[in-house]
Parts: sequence; C-alpha cells; structure tokens
Amino acid sequence: MSAEITGAQSLIKSLESAGVDTIFGIPGGAILPAYDPLMDSTIRHILVRHEQGAGHAAQGYAAATGRVGVCMATSGPGATNLVTPIADAHMDSVPMVAVTGQVGASMIGTDAFQEADIRGITMPITKHNFLITDPLDIPRIVAEAFHIASTGRPGPVLVDVTKSALQTMTSFEWPTEIQLPGYRPVTKPHAKQIREATRLILESRRPVLYVGGGTIRAAASKELAELVELTGMPVVTTLMARGAFPDSHPLHLGMPGMHGTVAAVAGLQKSDLIISLGARFDDRVTGNLDSFAPHAKVIHADIDPAEIGKNRHADVPIVGDVREVLIDLMAMLRTQADAGHTGDFEGWTTFLGGVKGRYPLGYDAPPSGLAPQHVIERLGAISGPDTIVTAGVGQHQMWAAHYFGYEQPNKWINSGGLGTMGFAVPAAMGAKVGMPDKVVWAVDGDGCFQMTNQELATCAINDIPIKVAVINNESLGMVRQWQTLFYNERYSNTDLHSKRIPDFVKLADAYGCVGLSCESPDDVDAVIAKAMEINDVPVVVDFRVHRDAMVWPMVAAGTSNDDIKYARDIAPDFEEDDL
Amino acid sequence: MSAAHPVTGGRHTLSVLVENKPGVLARIAALFSRRAFNIHSLAVGPTEHPDISRMTIVVDVEATPLEQVTKQLNKLVEVIKIVELDPDASVNRELVLVKVAATTETRGQVLDTVQLFRAKVIDVAPDAVTIQITGNAGKIADFLAVLEPFGIRELVQSGQVAIGRGSRSISERTLRPVSVPVPPATA
Ligand SMILES: Cc1ncc(C[n+]2csc(CCOP(=O)(O)OP(=O)(O)O)c2C)c(N)n1
Repeated sequence: MSAEITGAQSLIKSLESAGVDTIFGIPGGAILPAYDPLMDSTIRHILVRHEQGAGHAAQGYAAATGRVGVCMATSGPGATNLVTPIADAHMDSVPMVAVTGQVGASMIGTDAFQEADIRGITMPITKHNFLITDPLDIPRIVAEAFHIASTGRPGPVLVDVTKSALQTMTSFEWPTEIQLPGYRPVTKPHAKQIREATRLILESRRPVLYVGGGTIRAAASKELAELVELTGMPVVTTLMARGAFPDSHPLHLGMPGMHGTVAAVAGLQKSDLIISLGARFDDRVTGNLDSFAPHAKVIHADIDPAEIGKNRHADVPIVGDVREVLIDLMAMLRTQADAGHTGDFEGWTTFLGGVKGRYPLGYDAPPSGLAPQHVIERLGAISGPDTIVTAGVGQHQMWAAHYFGYEQPNKWINSGGLGTMGFAVPAAMGAKVGMPDKVVWAVDGDGCFQMTNQELATCAINDIPIKVAVINNESLGMVRQWQTLFYNERYSNTDLHSKRIPDFVKLADAYGCVGLSCESPDDVDAVIAKAMEINDVPVVVDFRVHRDAMVWPMVAAGTSNDDIKYARDIAPDFEEDDL
Repeated sequence: MSAAHPVTGGRHTLSVLVENKPGVLARIAALFSRRAFNIHSLAVGPTEHPDISRMTIVVDVEATPLEQVTKQLNKLVEVIKIVELDPDASVNRELVLVKVAATTETRGQVLDTVQLFRAKVIDVAPDAVTIQITGNAGKIADFLAVLEPFGIRELVQSGQVAIGRGSRSISERTLRPVSVPVPPATA
C-alpha cells in the first residue's frame, strides 16, 4: 500500500500500470483534476480538436497496433461527443477504453452543469461500462476495463469517474487478480465441433472460407494462409477483413456483399459449405437472407456465441478464438490427410477462377477527367502493401477496399458496421501515432473530410504526418449513386460544391499541412510521388475526380445476391452448368 | 430454419444469476426492450451468496428470438448464469395482494372463496377485505376469476419466482478470480 494520493493521481497511475502509452483527449471541468498528474506522466496525451476525433484516433491506434486505444473527455458534451466513436468501436469490435469525467457524486441526478448520464447513454453501445464514485475502486476498475476491452470479442469500455472521486485522497494498489465471475470468454474450441467441421469440409465439393474482421482481431492471418495451402479452399474477405488474406493470391475471390466482386458473391451463393471465420452474416454481405447461399451448410466459428446462428442457422457452431480454431482444424485435417482423406475442390476452384477471369474488378474510364478508381489503384501501386489505409464512408470507401490491394492484416482500417462519415482523418492520426514508421493514407470523401478535418491541426502540431487523399467528386457520392439508380436522378441535397468551396489546398495550408491538387490522369503518379516525399508535415491531396463514377458491382439493398449487377444493367452469368 | 431450431411460442421462465451491482437491472431490461419483447413479470432479490442476486424473468416470446436474447444476456459482464426453467421440473410461486369489495351480503361468499383457495385475509374494512394468496400462475388466475364478480378494487402481484425441483442448485459455482493481464511493455 503506497502513500496517500489523489483519485486523479490514482487514475493516471492506473492507466500507466495498464500499459497505456498514448491518450487522445480534451480536458474540461469534471476531468480537469486528472489532467494535472497527466502532465508528469510517461503517457503521451494528444490534444485533439473534437472528442469525436479522440475516439476515432483511439480506434485507429487500436486497429493498427492491436493494443487498446484510449480516449479521454470531460462530462456532458465532452462525453456525448464520444458516443459516435464508441458506437463505431462496438460495431467493429475495436478494443478501446474511454475515460470520462462526471460531475461530483453528490450532484449526480440533479441536472448539474455539464451532467449527462453517459453510463446510461452508452449501455447499449459498450461492451461494458463503469461509474466510479469511490476513488479506492479506481485501480481495480481500470484493470477490469482493460481486461474486458482486450479479451474475448474486443470492444469499447467506458469508465466514467466523478470529479469528487478524482479530488478525494485515496491509496493506490494495482490489483493482482480481478473478480469477473460473469465474464469468461471461451477461446479454445470444442474438439467435437472441430471433428464435425473436418467431416463437413472433407465431404464438401464447393466450400468457401468466409473471412470476417474477427480473423484480423485474432491475428490469425498466418494460420488462414496455412489452411488455404493445406486444403486449396477459396477465400472471400469481408470489408472488415480486407488484408487478412493477400489480394494477390489466386484463391482469393475478393470482397463479398452489396459491392462485392462477382466471384466472391458467386462463390458464396453457389457454395455447398460456408466456413465462417469471425464473420457475422451482416445484411450487407448476405443481401436477402432467404435466398443467401441456399445450398450451403454452415460452419460458424466465432468467439462470441451470440453471433452464431443469429442470422443464418449454423450446422456446426464453434465457439472459440479464430486462431485457435484454425490451429485445431488444421491438426485434424492433417491427420485425415495422412490417412488419405483430402477434399477435392478443383472443379470448384476452376469454375470460380473462370468467374473471376470473366468478371474482374474494373471500371470504364470516364468520358473526361479523372476516374476515382484509377487514383486509388495508383495510390496502392506507388505506396505499396506496407501502407496503412483508413477510409471514410461512401463510394471512396468501396473503391479503397477494392482497388488499393491489401496483402497484410491491420493495414486496412475503416468504419464497417456503423458506417461513420468522418472516420478517416482521425483514424489515420491514431494509426500513425501507433505505427509512426508506416506510411498512413486516409482515403476520404469530400463530404466525410469536412466532418473531421479539424484534426489536421492536431496532426500538424503534434508531428503526425499523415497523408490524405480527398476523392473530391463534389457530392455525397454514395447517396447520389442511389439517387441515380433508384430516385430517377433527382439529386436532392447531395451536391456539396466542393470543387469551389472550400478550397482544400488552402485549407491544408491554413492547417500547416501541404496541400496538393490533381485533376488529370496524367498527373496522378507525379502528385502521389510528391506526397510520398513529404514526411515532416501532413499532406492533403485534392483529387478532383469525375462526379458520375459509380461503385460496381452492386446488389441493391434487400434483393438477392443472385441479382448482382456487374455494371449498370449488366447481370453476370455464373450458372454452374459446367460444375 | 431447420429442425435444430424448433419454433415454439409461449411463456418462458428464465432464472438469471447476476452480480449484485447498480445498473444490472437496466442492462437486462434494455436487452428486452431493444427487441420490443414484453416482460410479463420480473422478480429480483438476494440469494444464498451475498454478492449474487437472482432474477426470475417471465417472457412471452418465440423460442428462437429468446435463444438470441439469452445469448446476449449471457454477454453482459455482470450476468453470471442463465437457466431456462422447464415447467415440469420446477416450481413457481407468486404472491398477490388483492382488495375486494365485500358488503354484508357478499362478505360470506368472499370468505368462502378465501377458504377454498387457502388464501388469507390480511386486512378488513367495513366494505372491503384485503386478501393474500400465494400459488402458481394457474391457481392465482383461477382465484382472481372467482373474485372478479365481487369487484376487485386494487391488485398487486409480486411477479413469479421459480426454482428447480430436486437437490441441485444453479448457483453452485465458484467465483473464480481472473488474473490481471500483465501490461504490455512500453517505453
Ligand atoms: C455521419 C453520417 N452521416 C450520413 C451518412 C450517410 N452517408 C453514407 S455515404 C454518404 C456520402 C458520403 O459522401 P463523401 O464523403 O463525399 O463520399 P463519396 O460517397 O462521395 O465517396 C452519406 C451522406 C453516414 N454514413 N454517416
């Protein structure tokens, strides 16, 4: 038991003990006591310009490093500004701890100045949350918060601390064990389920590995690659799993779903066995559920039992960490192979190879100007697979998912589940802080960029040289695409005029960043090369692209995956007569 | 859905062991209200372990969505265990206090009903009696149906509590501590 310290000192000591090296935040009345000892701490606090930026930065940090991201805000408006990133982290299983100040314990419930019941507000969007009123509880609760955020299915944990707890004298003792009788995530899969899964795999003729974000969080890419080498099964990687398996691998069919490749969508639709690894049969993947993969049995492996069978019945449910599942599954498959039992998937992979060859990812060059897909292809080619890419939400996000080219996990960071515009810039900032030696590109839309670009100031001042590619189609492009397709080209409130206002180059300059712009396909490579050379300050490139480019392929919302369109009015033909 | 998920409607009784901490009830209620499931009754109180409370939740819901909610309840950090009680292998009781109009003409009949159901009069006024009855849901429903014509002035029900038959206990489980992860090495 150490000497008497304040609750605020105990909080900072606890965060240090939990291994925190970086916090993104903004101070204010209720959390102010904690900011005083923070000045003397080993922890680097990065003063952001909006709490939403702090939250997304913590997410970007966590997604890039695999460690818990931490953000901090004051009570009331500070805390409510964190709601969007907390919900985002909850949907995408990002390990994050959010620390908020709360009004003094005696004032809770009185509508005191800057009081918001942030614990109540965030109950449905956190993995767990705490309210600390007694400073003695601080070390234990901080330890529990980091344990919960980082184990099992990762997620956001909120720790709300009253100002009175921060100001009261207490003692500090980092716990050696914690009591969480109701929290025991199962990581080791059940042997019987592994046996059943092995049997289904060997019996199947048309299996597909349906790889989700859980594979990235479980750091299971190496094992996944081994399984593919061992069995020759084809792979699809969801929006959350881009990079979990190399895009360059011939058995990779690409991303499935609403804007998935024809091969990935056909692969799932025509399969007789889906092996789901940390994926959750999201509606953006399945389309109309009743007609999704009608002939497929399902092996569903997930660390979260509540995901299994939620949307699609699982023939073989496996609760466990994806990495451990893959290790056990391969051991069993190897034993079977030694006994002469292997799957025969050649007809199937040949068929899928044919679909992939006939319907590759592609786009038509616009009649004039710059194709956004070309910009992203060149970004990928020039900056290479070691680059970390974050994205906003919209057309540019889909193009960035498809055309950059991912070969490694934890390089593609986006807002998949919540679809939060404004994610890219602060997430890139967090990723760059966590991985300072990597090139970090934020691929952003001109709409998204205007939601959170204030963090360029944070980046410029704190030496966080991110690179931003604004895919400027002067509109809320994804919404505009729906208006083109489903609302008779009536463009209600999607024109942003962003080739006129704001001037992104001047904006970058005003924020102490380098601003570049590019309007012609001929200049793309040179502008990217120039951006790549600047490593001391953030760079913003205004890529002024053709506004009518659309994201293809597409399965219209609520329709069957069988009705995928390769391009406008072009239905691919992937009947398996030749199977 | 395949045969592995028989969809049977009706009433289900869940016994939920939770850590006795503030906010637990709100978390549980929220999971039901999010899906617009109506909780028929909910009773909560301490158990043989001082740190653990037990809730008995009675819901009207199809089996498949109930399974999903049960899994989500299980994810709550403060929920230790959930058991769906099989009506044939458990006993359930509810306590009801009911104030019934009783004039000089009807008082005798009301008291006869009390006798018949082995209920108890716990308060008497010139024109009413207050009755306490315990029993399972069926018995209570029957009792109230018989009293109805006399005029029920006020009714309060405890919510159902239930326990499995036999000698086994659902709360036999150690509160095993989880060791704190060693913090990652930082500069
Ligand atoms: C915070 C938020 N508000 C609204 C939306 C709905 N929405 C989805 S995509 C989109 C357009 C995004 O425009 P932009 O950033 O320019 O990207 P583009 O689609 O043009 O590439 C909108 C408004 C959202 N996803 N998030």
